[in-house]
Amino acid sequence: MENLRSIEDFRRLQAILLENTDSGIPTIIINAGTCGQASGANEIIRTAKSKILGKRLVDKVKLRITGCHGFCQMEPSILIEPGRTFYPNVKPKDVERILDAVLYDEVVEDLLYVDPSSGDRIEKQEDIPFFNKQARILLGLNEKVDPIRIYNYIENGGYSSLCRILENKHPWWVIEQVKISGLRGRGGAGFPTGIKWELLAKQQNGEGKYIVCNADEGDPGAYMDRSVLEGSPHSIIEGMIIGGYASGATDGVIYIRNEYPLAIKHLIIALNQARTLGLLGENILGSNFNFDIQIVKGAGAFVCGEETALMKSVEGKMGEPRQRPPFPIEKGIYGKPTVINNVETWANIPVIIDHGADEYAKTGTDGNSGTKIFSLVGKIKNTGLVEVPMGMTINEIVFDIGGGPVGKAKIKAVQTGGPSGGCIPADLFDLPIDYDSLAKVGSIMGSGGMIVMDDNTCMVDVAKYFMNFLKDESCGKCFTCRKGTQRMHEILDDISRGIGTLDQLDLLEELALAVKDTTMCGLGQTASNPVLSTLKYFRDEYIEHIENKRCPAGVCEELIQYYINEECTACGLCRKACPEDAITGEKKVRHVIDTAKCIKCGACKSVCKFDAVETR
Amino acid sequence: MINLTINGIDTQVHEGTTILEAAKFLGLPIPTLCHMEGLSPYGACRLCVVEIGEAPRSKLVSSCTYPATEGLKVRTATSRVLKARKMVIELLLATCPQSKIIQDLASEHHVRQQRFKQEHEDCILCGLCTRICEEQMMAKAIGFRGRGGNRSIGTPFDVESEECRRCGGCMYVCPVCQLRCTFNEPEKAICNGCINLAAPCVEKDQFDDLMCYMDPCVACEIEKD
Repeated sequence: MENLRSIEDFRRLQAILLENTDSGIPTIIINAGTCGQASGANEIIRTAKSKILGKRLVDKVKLRITGCHGFCQMEPSILIEPGRTFYPNVKPKDVERILDAVLYDEVVEDLLYVDPSSGDRIEKQEDIPFFNKQARILLGLNEKVDPIRIYNYIENGGYSSLCRILENKHPWWVIEQVKISGLRGRGGAGFPTGIKWELLAKQQNGEGKYIVCNADEGDPGAYMDRSVLEGSPHSIIEGMIIGGYASGATDGVIYIRNEYPLAIKHLIIALNQARTLGLLGENILGSNFNFDIQIVKGAGAFVCGEETALMKSVEGKMGEPRQRPPFPIEKGIYGKPTVINNVETWANIPVIIDHGADEYAKTGTDGNSGTKIFSLVGKIKNTGLVEVPMGMTINEIVFDIGGGPVGKAKIKAVQTGGPSGGCIPADLFDLPIDYDSLAKVGSIMGSGGMIVMDDNTCMVDVAKYFMNFLKDESCGKCFTCRKGTQRMHEILDDISRGIGTLDQLDLLEELALAVKDTTMCGLGQTASNPVLSTLKYFRDEYIEHIENKRCPAGVCEELIQYYINEECTACGLCRKACPEDAITGEKKVRHVIDTAKCIKCGACKSVCKFDAVETR
Repeated sequence: MINLTINGIDTQVHEGTTILEAAKFLGLPIPTLCHMEGLSPYGACRLCVVEIGEAPRSKLVSSCTYPATEGLKVRTATSRVLKARKMVIELLLATCPQSKIIQDLASEHHVRQQRFKQEHEDCILCGLCTRICEEQMMAKAIGFRGRGGNRSIGTPFDVESEECRRCGGCMYVCPVCQLRCTFNEPEKAICNGCINLAAPCVEKDQFDDLMCYMDPCVACEIEKD
């Protein structure tokens, strides 16, 4: 890899790379993000490599290993370019057939994706309902780029935004573009990024400024940032260099949680490549602009995603939020002005410069431009990452992209924004997803977690789950946050065990409001949201738990009993699965659960193939 | 100079003054627990919350840490503030009912009962002890560790600290362990600070009559497991 000393050098390299890309050769794309690897992508890659080498097909087929494409439920999957054929849930034995089909420009019909609603086989990725309503500006790049090959990124237009601004654009022009684009912070609070940068640029400080990429993604069920980092680390690096150029910062920090080893690995490789090429470090592309990025690994405290706690953690101190003002923009890391943006925000920057701010602002709605990646999980048919334009309704995401409920269940709510967010009931599903309308109904955009719940989900249990998470993840500095979350969990626990009272319910609400009001940082101020929003929309479920000692969803262990209904075929599976020998029954005789012995582990229900085990 | 309004009174303060200091200067009472002059403000107890800004965007902030800013409008005793404060006191009472200071606060603010399950903890993690140790005694012998429910105060690795000079400052400032230690009778337990902090009394012979604020101390008689 040569060191690029000037912008001309870069353009020359780019031209050579583009010349050598022969689009005629079919490419097999295997996504091997953490999610892909967990479902067996490594085995697929190994098989594909050995087949290609064994059959001497190196010149006829290309193989590209990429990050996650989004449809995690269907992984390991294979995508074929240029035909864009999509093969879901590929097994190692299928690889050879796919490879042969690719060589002869054919399609393996029986391995194609089956649309669960119509039963039809769909060939092209774009025609699959999960994909066709998305606007995959960021995730689309994950398909095209091998994250550990910087040339691959440059081939796809990477670093040309940086080149463009270094060539003849003033820093103020960049800030102006970001402002025009209307980009708002993707970490959840939605502060306009351009204004933040402008504030940093105005800080007169001779000792340097910091810009930080916040990759401390800790919400249960959310992993958008991880996938972006794993799939295209260079877009974040490019975004940060542009941010540094615009705001006059010379130091960049990527604060990433240690639980993301693959993302860290890809980042380290990407940073080294960028440095070797001269895109990072001193005198970038001969422009006299210096900027370097270091990685700081977080130890997995949820609160370190809060910006003031993050800064303390970067300094090597205990991750504990402090009073704002002074805001990080004035006094940040080591007292220097600091801008902190989310991974997704940084990934959007090259897109804005490349496509043009006006063009970017056309996606989404007024005041909420661009796309947002959500991790769609829970009781839904299609789970995975979805990137949609802002302002799309929850209905469209849940039913069109997500495919609706699993089985006969009815979707009753969506939880957005992780533990700091709230539950939105199904009758508000025509709500457009943007920062303001979500806040209006008592939830938040958050970093983009979206957990779908159906009528088998108990809302008291959900609130209890999040409160349990928060009571452990609160830093513990503010008395009301530490004790408040503990006490809320205590009351919710009582209610879920059927020993709660109506007085306790009032106390819970009072406490939740007090915690919201009296805490210092974003974690505490939003910690009550799971309780307040479920109380607002699902109060009847709480009352049912308290007055009738009944859990309508059949979740709260202490309030339910398992029984076997007339669907039982006496197959004996449940009897064998029961760890307590609580199930008795002869051949051809409906089995019975001894409730005195039953420990309500649910093993019988999960093994039953006839829906014969129920709760009441 | 910075101009701000507290409870409708216009006032001028130097830059860097906190709302609490400004309010005190005007003679407006704001209850505090984790605040002490001479120690850096921390904002842990949330008792000193005041309302700033104007409805509907007004919010509560801890006056001990929030700096006075130009044109700031502060109200120290709105119904929202008082309600929040009462809840803080109720939570404090539910955690450390034995503390004289907390009892006094409750009585002052007409908190007559607490509705949570009664706990008898010996620490509210206000951080006064860690701050006096670091900032006034220059020892940094104790500090916070853990987070959430696991947060506690202690010496590194829970071994007796070489930095600790047994000054007893930590116990002097503690708002919940001012009464005599009765660890031998757990139902009457007041503090247990001596055990948590490896306090002077652990080496009773040396420090018997020197500094221990928990005199007569029984810490050394407690069997360590």
